[in-house]
Amino acid sequence: MNPKRCAACRYLRRRCPKDCVFSPYFPPNNPEKFACVHRIYGAGNVSKMLQQLPVQTRAEVVESLCFEATCRIEDPVYGCVGIISLLQTQIQKTENLLARTQAEIAVAQTKHSQNQHSEFM
Amino acid sequence: MGGPGSSPCASCKLLRRRCAKDCIFAPYFPPDDPHKFAIVHKVFGASNVSKMLQELLVHQRADAVNSLVFEANARVRDPVYGCVGAISYLQNQVSQLQMQLAVAQAEILCIQMQHEPTLQSHHQVLELDQDDKALLLHNNIDNCNNNNNNNLGYAMSSGQFNSNFASPSSIMQMQMQMQDPLKQESLWT
Repeated sequence: MNPKRCAACRYLRRRCPKDCVFSPYFPPNNPEKFACVHRIYGAGNVSKMLQQLPVQTRAEVVESLCFEATCRIEDPVYGCVGIISLLQTQIQKTENLLARTQAEIAVAQTKHSQNQHSEFM
Repeated sequence: MGGPGSSPCASCKLLRRRCAKDCIFAPYFPPDDPHKFAIVHKVFGASNVSKMLQELLVHQRADAVNSLVFEANARVRDPVYGCVGAISYLQNQVSQLQMQLAVAQAEILCIQMQHEPTLQSHHQVLELDQDDKALLLHNNIDNCNNNNNNNLGYAMSSGQFNSNFASPSSIMQMQMQMQDPLKQESLWT
């Protein structure tokens, strides 16, 4: 067997052609990357997705697919949608705290100007 | 569900097969919404979806299907970044809000110190509940680290992607300090 097969062709137990769509993005030294993506999306779907996109975007596509696949493996129910939900909750909480802090500032400033006014009287 | 006289589910219609009584897709892909299964099938594939559902408890499957539909829709809308684009956008929003909060907190500290120079400790300034304190502490830790060390290290607007981001589990752990995930209905619409 050709030792220079990419991780995908190694996983799929096939010959790795010169124009293999996977090989630039799934090097043989990281077999888990392809295993993870294959488990969630399947090799055929990943290949289709890559072929439908320009070459210069494919590296980023693979990274985002890996991330989403890893999220799905770690959280089989919600996947990366769980992260989105948590971020939305964090945004809401931070906005509320910011509003409260800004209200405190307004109150403190009002108090300060009232004190200054009464000192002049 | 399948059977004599009943309509096959959307999955079995698309896959052109008989819809069995115990079809795993039928409860979640009704025949009146063919697009839902079509998009999930396009991105994940029917057999992968079936495998994923079979590995889950029955009461978890509806949420799993909804999240898969959400992810599939995101991937079709943005074939390069999918959901990760949304995560990046939200992370940026969180960072901006944290900066605004830090500025506001510094401002109120200044005001309080001007009024009461004998103030002993800063935590008397704001009356915070436990959750808010946890959020502040967490925000300070975040701000101390490089902004993107524990976050997704890329900006959606520039289209750049830094592959050196934290693993999803570390991101989840960080967020889990806040509270359990709020599974909002609005996510699914």
